[in-house]
Parts: sequence; C-alpha cells; structure tokens
Amino acid sequence: MLLRHTPKEIKARKALAINPAKTCQPIGAMYAGLGIHGCLPHSHGSQGCCAYHRSTLTRHYREPIMAATSSFTEGASVFGGQANLLQAFLTIFTTYDPDIVAVHTTCLSETIGDDVNQIVKKAKADGTIPEGKYVIHTPTPSYVGSHVTGFSNMVKAMAVQLAEKTGKSNGKVNIVPGFVEPSDMVEMKRIAGMLGVETILFPDTSGILNGPLTGKFQMYPKGGVTIDELKRTGDSIGSIGLGAWASADAVRALDTQLKVPCQVHDLPIGLLATDRFVDALRTVAGVSVPDTVTQERGQLLDVISDMQPHLYGKKVAIAGDPDQVIALTEFLVTMGMKPVHIVTGTPGKAFTKRIKEVTARFGDDINVKGPGDLFLLHQWIKNEPVDLLICNTYGKYIARDEDIPFVRHGFPILDRIGHSYFPSVGYKGGLHLLEKILGALMDRTDRDAPEERFELVE
Amino acid sequence: MTGERTHTVNPEEIKKEILAKYPPKVARKRAKQITPVSSDEKDGLKVGANVRTVPGIITQRGCCYAGCKGVIMGPTRDIINLTHGPIGCGFYSWLTRRNQTRPPSDDADNYMTYCFSTDMQDQDIVFGGEKKLKAAIQEAYDIFKPKSISIFSTCPVGLIGDDVHAVAREMKEKLGINIFGFSCEGYKGVSQSAGHHIANNAIFTHVVGLDDTVMDAKFKINLLGEYNIGGDGFVIEELLNKCGIELVSTFSGNSTMDQFANCHTADLNAVMCHRSINYVADMLETKYGIPWIKVSFLGPTSTASSLRKIAAYFEDQELIDRVEAVIAEEMAPVEAKIKEVKPRCEGKTAMMFVGGSRAHHYQELFRDIGMTVLSAGYEFAHRDDYEGRHVIPDIKIDADSRNIEELEIEPDDTRYNPRKTEEEMKALEEKGYPFKAYDGMIPEMEKGSLIIDDISQHETETLIAMYKPDIFCAGIKEKYAVQKHGIPMKQLHSYDTGGPYASFEGAINFFDEIDRMLNANIWQYLEAPWQKNPELSAKYNWE
Repeated sequence: MLLRHTPKEIKARKALAINPAKTCQPIGAMYAGLGIHGCLPHSHGSQGCCAYHRSTLTRHYREPIMAATSSFTEGASVFGGQANLLQAFLTIFTTYDPDIVAVHTTCLSETIGDDVNQIVKKAKADGTIPEGKYVIHTPTPSYVGSHVTGFSNMVKAMAVQLAEKTGKSNGKVNIVPGFVEPSDMVEMKRIAGMLGVETILFPDTSGILNGPLTGKFQMYPKGGVTIDELKRTGDSIGSIGLGAWASADAVRALDTQLKVPCQVHDLPIGLLATDRFVDALRTVAGVSVPDTVTQERGQLLDVISDMQPHLYGKKVAIAGDPDQVIALTEFLVTMGMKPVHIVTGTPGKAFTKRIKEVTARFGDDINVKGPGDLFLLHQWIKNEPVDLLICNTYGKYIARDEDIPFVRHGFPILDRIGHSYFPSVGYKGGLHLLEKILGALMDRTDRDAPEERFELVE
Repeated sequence: MTGERTHTVNPEEIKKEILAKYPPKVARKRAKQITPVSSDEKDGLKVGANVRTVPGIITQRGCCYAGCKGVIMGPTRDIINLTHGPIGCGFYSWLTRRNQTRPPSDDADNYMTYCFSTDMQDQDIVFGGEKKLKAAIQEAYDIFKPKSISIFSTCPVGLIGDDVHAVAREMKEKLGINIFGFSCEGYKGVSQSAGHHIANNAIFTHVVGLDDTVMDAKFKINLLGEYNIGGDGFVIEELLNKCGIELVSTFSGNSTMDQFANCHTADLNAVMCHRSINYVADMLETKYGIPWIKVSFLGPTSTASSLRKIAAYFEDQELIDRVEAVIAEEMAPVEAKIKEVKPRCEGKTAMMFVGGSRAHHYQELFRDIGMTVLSAGYEFAHRDDYEGRHVIPDIKIDADSRNIEELEIEPDDTRYNPRKTEEEMKALEEKGYPFKAYDGMIPEMEKGSLIIDDISQHETETLIAMYKPDIFCAGIKEKYAVQKHGIPMKQLHSYDTGGPYASFEGAINFFDEIDRMLNANIWQYLEAPWQKNPELSAKYNWE
C-alpha cells in the first residue's frame, strides 16, 4: 500500500494539512502571466519559488515555462528586495526583451513588506523599465488562499493596470476563462465564434502552453492575449467571468472602474453550465444561437442518455479547484451519478453552499469540505467506497490503494497528456470528459467481469 | 543536426558572444563563472561558483529548502517530514524527485508518499506560527505514532522568528520520540547546496551515533551522496552485495533513520556526490575515525575502479579476487552493449548542466559510446567540484556562506576508533591510494570545451545556437525549450522516467536510452511536405 498509514478513523485536525488539494498563490499568477503575448512572468522572492513553479507547470504542460526570479538572499530578506527587483528589470529587459513583465510576490517579499508598486514606479521613472515596455504586478502572499487566488489576482492586475476606456465601444465581449487549460480557452473562443461573438479572452495560454514542435524555440510563442487587446477590454460591451474563484475579481474590477458590465458564471463544464455560458454570451452580445451549437448540445445529451445504465447511481469522489469541482459535480448529477465525497483545498465559504445546491437531490447524504485535503478525502472513501475518483495526478495513490477507477482532472496532471489539447468545457468538452469517465468505468467492468459475464456488446 | 556541427568553435568566442547580451555589470559577474578550456594545459583554470545568481537572469537554481527537504531528507521513508510554512513548499516537494524506496515489509513505515504541512495562514504570519506547529506535531503523532518527526523552515518562518528548534525540543520531551528542526529557509545561501549542508548537519547532530549495534559483516561501508533516483542506489547495493560488501547506510537513497543512527559503525565511507556530502565524510572521520574515499558508480570504468578502491582499502585478497571476478562478469554485457550502440552514437556531441556531481560523472558514459562533451557545468556546486579539493583552503567565505553553520567536531570520547592506524593509512597512500581525493570536473574537459556554472536560459540558447549539440542534458525546466529546437534532451536530475543508470546494469540502460534519443525517427519530421517544397505546382501524381 502506498498510503499505508492512512487510517479509516477520522480525527479532527486543526493545524496539520496532509496531502493538500491546493498549492500556493504565486504559481497561479505565473500561469496567468504566461497567457499574455510577449510576457515574462517574474517571481519576487527566493529563487526556489520560481524553480518550483516552473518545474510544476513544465511537468503539467510539457512545454517551456519561462519566468525570472529576484533571487533573494539573506541580505535582501533583511534589507528589502528593491535592489533585487531593479536589477531583475535591467537584466530581463536587456537580455530577454519581453513586451511586458508580470511581477508577482511571494510569502517572503510579502512578509518583509516590499512595496512593489513603488519599486515599479521608480524603475519606470529612471528608465530601468524602457519606454514602451510594460510591467504589471500583484501581491500573491502564499499564506492566503491558494493557486487559484494567485491566478485571480494576476488576472485582476491585467484588467486594472492595463484596461483603458476610450468611450467608443469595440463591440466585443470580455471572457475571463478561469484557471483552465489552453484547450478550454480555445473551446470557449470557438463557441463564441460559432455565435458570431467577438471576444477578448484573457489570459489566453493557448498557443503558448500547447505549442507545436517546429525545430525552433521561441521565447515568446505565438498566442496569448496581446497588450493592445487588454487595453481595449475597457471598451467592451460586457464581461463574462467564468468561475467565481478565478475570474470574478477581474470582471468586477472592470465593472466598477470602467463600467464594463459583468456577469459571473460557473465554469462551462457539463451540460447545464455550458447552457448558461452560451445563454450569457447570447444575451450580452445580442445574438441568436446557431443550430450548430444546439446540435452539439444535442449530441452530448444523446450520449448521456445512451449510456445511462453505466452512469446512473454511480458514486463518485471529487477533489480539485472550487470552480472546477462545482461545475463537475453539477455535471455528474445531471448524468444521474452520485458525487458522495467532495473536497477542494481552496478556502471560500461559498463552496459548500454551491455544492449543496447542485447536489440538493441527495439531501445531506454527501460529504463536502472546503478547505479540505486529499487525506480526508481518502478517509471518507475508506468509510464509504466509491465507483470513481476524479482528481489531479496525486489521486492515483488513493485510486491504486483502494482499487478505484480514476479520471485525472485538474491541476497538476504530471503523468498523462491530453489536458492541454482536449477541452473539458463546452458541449464537446463534456463529451470528452464523459468518454474518459465511461472508459474508466467500463474498463473496470471488463476487468472484473467473470468470464461468462464478459460481454462483447456493452 | 550533426551535419552542421561546429564544436571546433573557439570557446573564447562563445563566451564573448554570451556576455555581449548582458548589461556590463552582469557580464563582468558572469565572466567569472564561464571558463573556456582553450588548451590541453588545464592547471590553474578557475571556475567561479557558489556565488549569488543575478536577479532576472533566468537561472535553473532552486533554494535552500529544496536542497534540505527535497534532496537530502526526501528519500528517507520512516520519518514524518513536516514543512512549517505556507502550503506551496510542501506541495512542490511532494513525490517529485523520483527517489525510490523499498520498505522491507507491507507494514514498515513509509511516509514518502505523504505531504505534511502546517499550511500557515496570514494570522500565523502576524501572530507567529509556533502554536500551530506544536499542534501539528501533536496531531501527526496522534494519527501516525511515528518514530521521528522533522520540521523544515520556509522563508516566512525565519522572518517572523518562529523558533522551530525550541518547539522541536519541547515536543521531543513531551512525546518521547526524536524530533528536530532544520533552519532551511529558502533565502539562505545561494542555491540548494546550503540546504544540503543544513540537512546533513542536523542528521549528524540529532541522529548519527544513536545506535551502536555493529552489523555482522566483514566489509561494511556507508555510501554517501547517492539518492536512489530511478533506482540507482538499488543496483549499486546489489553490486556491492555481490562482491561481499554490505551497506550500513546510504545517505540518503532508500534510507531509514535507523541506518543513519548506526552509520558510525561502518569501516569506510564511499562518497558519490562530493558536493552534497563531503563534509559529512570529514565529520565522520574526525568524530569516529572512519576514512573516506571518492567513488563513482556512473560508467563501467568508474564503477570498476570504485569497487577496486573499496577492496584495496580492506586489503583482503579474497575480497580483491571476488571484486575482480564480479567486474569481469559484469563488464561483458556492458562491452557487448557498447559494441552494439557505439556505431550509432559515435562522433555525436553532448552538453550537460546538472548537479553537484553528475555533469562530471556522466561524461564517462558518453565517452564510452564515442561521444564528445562540448560544454558542462553545475547548478549548485562549489569551486572544489570543478577544480579539485586542493582549492578548498583558497575559497573565500562570503556573506552567504557564512550564514550556513559549520559544525565543530571533536573525536568521540568513547567511540572514536581509527579504522586504520596512521602508519597503515600512510602505507596505502604511498602506494597511490587516494584517501579524500577529488580532482573535480576540469580534468575531464577537452580542449575547445566550455565550462559554465549556474547556466542561464540565455547562455543555454547561445550554446545551442553555436555548438549545435546532438543531445543536451539538464533538468525539467530546460527540457522542452531544448526539445523545441529539435534536439533531444535528457534529464539528469530525475532521469525523465528512466533509470537506473548507475553500476554496470545502469550503464547498459543509459547507453540504450541515449541510442534511442539520438536515433529516434521523430526528429526527422519537423517539416511538413509543404514547408520543404513551398512552391505550388499543378502536377498530378500519375504524371
């Protein structure tokens, strides 16, 4: 047994986190920064933070992850990191020539109280940040929230620090896609395209973190939202933030500061959440939904109904980021499955409330915790076994010990490919998720079936 | 790629090209860490190392915590390694280093699959985290009843002044198990190396010497600085056992706390990774009288010579004969593999930027299959790892190194036991026996090559553009940037998904791996037909 010390008996813990279902803010900010074209994310802290984030993102995407660090030493930790950040700007703009640097802080620079805003002003004033180049920044203390919070903070910084209002509408809709895969961002743009809605989607890591092999490394690959587009978000007719945890702050800031009206919806994972996304796009942009979209919806519905015998009543344990887990849970319920153990590591009171809403038909019969951890999830599973586990790669240890069919979903996925190429949002994404779920369940049925019940047609 | 190879380029030119892109002050600093090997005369070559990284340069280095928690303590299975800090540090160092472990039974302790953290929140930063740390230790004890718990300090812990050592002492007293802390805040030192040192010092202080049981074996040694990545430690131990040599402990691949506690009963210390652990070997010698030698089990020649060195130390003819028999037996399949693979790899070129030690150790494996190493360097080494141990007295202690504690070690009152008398040591040395000897990487480097310490992204790009290597070896952060060029990239920290590469058996794996990487079809298909032949023509294919 790989998790041999996990007991069935659950003891309350107040201080000890075991096998977390979250990580820290800066990696989310780094990921968001990579979604701007020509951007070099910068980590203002010890160099280990940057190394860890780059390593984790690299393993998840199997793509180059470029980012710089202020390389704090003990001296900088005592005297402040201003000299390090100024040196970093000089080195970065001279050597790597990005269009924009997206600075996030760390627990180190936050604890000592570095004023990044002031340092950036100084660097602009003395030309360390060259004319025509941009620096955006956000505080991302690791001891608040999670990687999702860091993502949200950096996305908000993009909007607040770059958006302008000329007063002339650009006719576009801003979409903040949430902490999702580049494949999901492509799919959101495709759906909007089918509706004929012009969008500015930010951040946009498609083309950057699912890039081609060409024989040439590009420091700043094609793809990403451009600085110009980010500036124009102030002229859009409205904003749709997908996922309350990851996207609400950015679209609300555009609403309050530049009067771009916003809506916040669940991530469009599954039938109903995608319905709401399409409906929101339709009403914000004032367009009608073409048959092609309705057709895709019908296909998803068709497969769900075809496969009911394999789905209905199956118990599922889920762990992941709150935006992902809420939408996913709703999708499972829609399909007749029963999510029984649900955990997110990211704090936020609304989580439990939303999960209770989407699982209302099961009453109080489900375990839900936010923030919780994978150790707790595993203990719940030991007490009430499930038919399926949906989790990031760390779930494979639980799945193996408990012999549960396992679908990898979320961040990070360190041992499989596909997430950056095949979406889980939209109707097509729903189909893809469903294919993975059914594959896992039905492979298990085949594996466990006695010979006389092993069937060709299922 | 091989067609356009230009490794005859003058390394001085490449250095100039690299530095031209930097701001002047950065260029002056980097110049000291970039050393062209322009002639066969290598005496006096210097490589600046273990100095601060320039902010913004895109380094591959990690931090002190990573070196302490991830590298040194990561591979020890029977201890709860508790990170005191925000969640990230514990999360990123959770199962990500491929150090394998093999518990002796299904119910033996193994906490390596777990991540333990105090998950500090803002109120802990403001009001102090000691209370939470104590509570976390208590909860860990209540749930798991472990034999030992260690505490790793992250950046904010040092800044807010949490005294992890006081908490450790208090809880040790209260719970009656071994509990100790590491002041391995990420900002300490200039790289992972500081963390190695802090980890090793704590193990030496809190664990080594707790168990005096002497293993019933004629030839018993410790293997220091071998972390069992991809199973390297397993095959080395199998090889040693085959020769009749037993391991009392390994620091720290496949290790347990009991092994550390007992390691002072071994009769010889064999040091693999000089960087991460040479000082432990020194301390074990001073305190307990165990001599040490440098070994390497990477490459068949080094493996054979390391076995011979160990056998020669024990001066036992039976052991010497057995080692020779094992070498002869094990060498045959290695030679057969070299014969098979070499025609496909000969003349190709490699670069490697990893470690500690590996950028040195792996050169032999490439040479064995006819390949040339064009450029190499370490990520967190010190000057002695490049230039050899003779420079140690000349190394200036700067502010960053001064912060890393050096232990004052005295011979143990009761247990100091020189395994060989001074005369015996001297007699061996006179016969050329290399106690405590390490000449570093420089002697391996060929004329025309370039040594780069703490390589940056820009330097990597320049090297690839100018040298056009056939294979590049480094870590995960470099992997896909290199491969976008159409050049295969081998991770020599974590071995990608491969290994073991140590010992004779591992050498065979490595040769197969390099053969596969160099000769995989995929690199031929970078261009689509319409990119190769962009002009439009209206021919039909039956014309």
